[in-house]
Amino acid sequence: MEMTILFYVFAVLTVGSAFAVVFARSLIYSAFSLLFTFMGVAGLYVLLSADFIAVAQIMVYIGGILILLVFGVMLTRQVTDVEIRTSAFRTLPATVVVGLALGTLIVIFIRTKWMQVHTIPDIEGTTMELGELLLTTFVLPFEVAGILLLVAIMGAALIARR
Amino acid sequence: MVPIHYYLILSAVMFITGVVGVLTRRNAIIIFMCIELMLNSVNLTFVAFSAYLGNETGQMFVFFIMAVAAAEAAVGLAIVIALFRNRQTVNINDVNILRW
Repeated sequence: MEMTILFYVFAVLTVGSAFAVVFARSLIYSAFSLLFTFMGVAGLYVLLSADFIAVAQIMVYIGGILILLVFGVMLTRQVTDVEIRTSAFRTLPATVVVGLALGTLIVIFIRTKWMQVHTIPDIEGTTMELGELLLTTFVLPFEVAGILLLVAIMGAALIARR
Repeated sequence: MVPIHYYLILSAVMFITGVVGVLTRRNAIIIFMCIELMLNSVNLTFVAFSAYLGNETGQMFVFFIMAVAAAEAAVGLAIVIALFRNRQTVNINDVNILRW
């Protein structure tokens, strides 16, 4: 029962701040709302007993990507920055398409009979299983991800410098 | 216990919110934030299925998606900053060199 209440708390936090990201007037407000979205998703990971992923979410998204985004906001601030709301530019077709997509997804999710193999166990730590998988079954993608990160860092430094 | 389709509907709403942002906002940095929203909702779906199936492979996918998201954010922000230096704008309507 308390799991359900916690789920609703985190769900409202996540969805509410996601709306704030999209519709906020100023860029800084959007960035701070994104912080609460990431926190809500991390809480949902804890509810799903994925402790390692929850900590990685906080460290990578809040500690890395969000800081980077805030730097981006600060570095691209114009002097006359009032951040005018977007004009009603093809809003109607966008709303129709997006609403149809959302409706279809929700109907499919509700009507499908989802397989549920077992109940979620109490938190006992997934770090060991993940580490074993990472260095046995998924060792090649692990190395490729490392190379990707190296190339991305070098590319970012090169592009931002010129 | 919360049924799995609650998590799926939550991540669908998050994903659609991100799509709305990409379609309606014209600021490149806001579009970045919306892409991060969409990636987060996909991660939530992976973790939900992984937990309800009792299989850790879904969490490995989340791990790799996080690596790709970090790389994407670094390169994308570098492009935005280079763009701002050259054109003094981050409004994507003003950046149409590649538009056909």
